[in-house]
Amino acid sequence: MDLFQTIIAILESTIRVSVPLIFAALGGLFTERAGVFDISLEGKMLGAAFAAGAVAAVSGSVMAGLLAAILISVLLSLVHGYASITQRGSQIVSGVAINFVVAGSTVILGEAWFRQGGRTPALSGDARFQTVTLPFAEAVKDVPILGPIYSDLLSGHFILTYLAFAMVPFSWWVLYRTRFGLRLRAVGENPGAVDTAGISVIWLRYRAVICAGILCGFAGAYLSLAMSAGFVKGMTAGKGYIALAALIFAKWRPLNIMLACLLFGFLDALAIRLQGNPLPLIGQVPVQLMQALPYILTVILLAGFIGKAIPPKAGGIPYVKER
Amino acid sequence: MSNPYAKLPAWAEYGLIPLVNLVVAFLVAGLVVLLVGENPLEAAYHMVNGAFGRGEYIGFTLYYATTFIFTGLSVAVAFHAGLFNIGSEGQAYIGGIGVALVCLWFDATMPWFIVFPLAIVGSALFGALWAFLPGWLQAKRGSHIVITTIMFNFIASSLMVYLLTRVLKPLGSMAPQTRTFEAGGQLPKLDWLLSIFGLDIGNAPFNVSFLLALLAAFAVWALIWRTRFGYEMRTMGHSPSAGRYAGISETRIIIIVMMISGGLAGMMALNPIMGEQFRMQLDFVQGAGFVGIAVALMGRSHPAGIIPAAILFGMLYQGGAEIAFEMPSISRDMIVIIQGLVILFAGALENMFRPAIGRAFAGLGRRSAPAVQTGGA
Repeated sequence: MDLFQTIIAILESTIRVSVPLIFAALGGLFTERAGVFDISLEGKMLGAAFAAGAVAAVSGSVMAGLLAAILISVLLSLVHGYASITQRGSQIVSGVAINFVVAGSTVILGEAWFRQGGRTPALSGDARFQTVTLPFAEAVKDVPILGPIYSDLLSGHFILTYLAFAMVPFSWWVLYRTRFGLRLRAVGENPGAVDTAGISVIWLRYRAVICAGILCGFAGAYLSLAMSAGFVKGMTAGKGYIALAALIFAKWRPLNIMLACLLFGFLDALAIRLQGNPLPLIGQVPVQLMQALPYILTVILLAGFIGKAIPPKAGGIPYVKER
Repeated sequence: MSNPYAKLPAWAEYGLIPLVNLVVAFLVAGLVVLLVGENPLEAAYHMVNGAFGRGEYIGFTLYYATTFIFTGLSVAVAFHAGLFNIGSEGQAYIGGIGVALVCLWFDATMPWFIVFPLAIVGSALFGALWAFLPGWLQAKRGSHIVITTIMFNFIASSLMVYLLTRVLKPLGSMAPQTRTFEAGGQLPKLDWLLSIFGLDIGNAPFNVSFLLALLAAFAVWALIWRTRFGYEMRTMGHSPSAGRYAGISETRIIIIVMMISGGLAGMMALNPIMGEQFRMQLDFVQGAGFVGIAVALMGRSHPAGIIPAAILFGMLYQGGAEIAFEMPSISRDMIVIIQGLVILFAGALENMFRPAIGRAFAGLGRRSAPAVQTGGA
C-alpha cells in the first residue's frame, strides 16, 4: 500500500507540473500548424506569469491577474506576428528576441515596482487560485484503489488544471473539425493554395499567433497564481523549451501533446522524488540525467529513430504574395 | 531567398540601416529606463563612462568583447551556410572541458605558451564535437538544427553540472568547480597593449586571447570570402538547390560548417577560464553564446562588423555593471533587454525601415538634391 501511495503522489505531482507544458505546447501547436515557428513560448509564459503576479498583487483579484497575463502574452504574440508575418523577418530570430526582452524586463520592472529581489508580493486569499474539490471526493476516499485515485489524484487541483486538460480535446476539435482549423492547417502546409482560394494568409496566421498568446497566458497565470503564490524571477526555467520539445515529440498532434507533456512532467516529478533515493536494480540515477532526458528523447525522436517527426511544410517560411 | 527590396548603396546597406536599427533598439531600451523612473540620459552617461572612463574599464570592456567576438563569429559562420546555430552557448560550455583538461594536466609542468596552444586545440575540439551531432542530424536525418541545438544547450548544461559536481571537483571541496590552475594555466594580460596608449589596465582581465580572437576573425573572413569552401558554403546558404545542382555536397558543408562554428564557440572558453578565473566554474559562459546571436546580426555576419558589435556589447556588459552600481533600480538585467531589442530590430525587424530608406534614396536619385523632404526616415 505504501508503494501505491507513492505512485499516487508521483502521478499527482506529474499532473501539477504538466499543466503549464500542456497550455504552452497547445499554443505552439496553433502557430506552428499555421506555419509560424514559435520559440518564444518561454518568453510569453514568463511575461504572462509576471503580469499575473503583479496585477493580482496590486488589485487583489485573481481574475484581473489572469486577464493581465493573457493580455501581455497576446501582445508579445502580436510582436512576434508583426516581425515574422508582416515584416517577413526570421521567425526564430524574433522568438529569441522576445525571450530575451521578457527575461530582462520582468526582473527590472519587478524590482523597480515591488523591490523584493525580482519577486512580486506573496499572494493569498482571493488573489490566488484555490483548489477545487470534486463532488463526493471525501465520501469515496476510503474505497480501496479507486478511492485514492479519485480523491487524491483527480480531485483537489486548480480550475486551470481541469481547463488545461479540457483544452486538449477542444484544440483537436478546433483544428480538425472547424473551417478555421482546416484553413489554419492548410496555411501551414501550402499557403499559396489558401491564398488562391481568396482567404487572407496574413490574417489567418495572426489569428493563430493570438490563439498561442491566449494559451501561453493561461500557462503563465498558472505558474504565478496557482502553482506558486506570486512571481519569482526566471520562474519558467526552460518550461517553454520543454513545451516546444513536447510539441515536436507529439508530432504536432493535440492528443499526443497531452501524453508527451505528461511524460515530461512525469520525468520531472520522478527526478524530484529520486533525489538521493537509489532506484532498485539500477542504483543511483544522476538527477542531471533525469533532467536532460526530455531533451535527449526529443533529439532521438527528431533524428527519426522512433518514428518520424514531420513538421508543417511551410513552417518557418514567411509568405510572400506574388504580384 | 528573393529580396523584394530596392538595392541601396553599400554604405547605406552596411552602415545606415544597422545604425538606424540600433538607435531604435536603444530608444526602446530608454523607454524601459523611463518606466522604471530613472533618467535614460543619465544611464547612458554612466554606461559610456563605466565602459571607457578609465584604463581599467577599457580593459574590462575589451575582455568581454573578446568573448563576444568568438561567439559572434561562431553564429556568423553558420549564418553564411544558411544554418541558425543557437547552440553556441552549449558548445562554449563544453569547450570549457577541453580547456580545463589541458590546464589540469599541464599547468604545473609547462609554461603558458605551450599550454595555450594545446588549450586552443582542446577547446575547439570539444566545441566542434558538441556541434558535430546537431550538424550530422541535420545533414543526414533532416532534424531541424535550431531545435536540436536548443536541446543540446540544455543537455550540455546538465552534463556540466554533473561533471563539475562529481568528476572535476577536487576531493573535499564543496564548490562545483575545478581546482585553481598553476602559473601554466594562466594567460598573461595585455597590459602592454593598453599602456602604449598611456592607459593603466589595473585589475582588468584583458588577456592574450583577445589577439587570438582577432586572428580568428581574420581567419573567418579568409575562409568565407577567399576559399573554395567558403564559396560553396555561401552558395549553399543562398540557395541550397543551386548548390546541389552545382554538385556541392550539402552533407559535407553542413557538418563542417557546424564543426567550425562549434569550434569557434568552444574557443570562447579560453578567455574566462584561462584569462580570468583560472578555474572552470559552473555556468561560466553566462549567456555569451546568446549574445553572439545579437553580435552576428548586428555585425551583418561580417568579421569587420562583428568586432565593433562585440566591443559595443562589451561596453554594455562593463558599462551596465557601472549603471547598476550608480542607479540601484537598474540591474544588469537591463543588458538582457538591450540584447533582446538589438536582436529584434537588427534581426527580425531589419527590413522595417528599409522601404522608407529605399524610397528616400529613390527620391534623391530621381529628383536630385532639392527633394530631400521625401525622406521619411
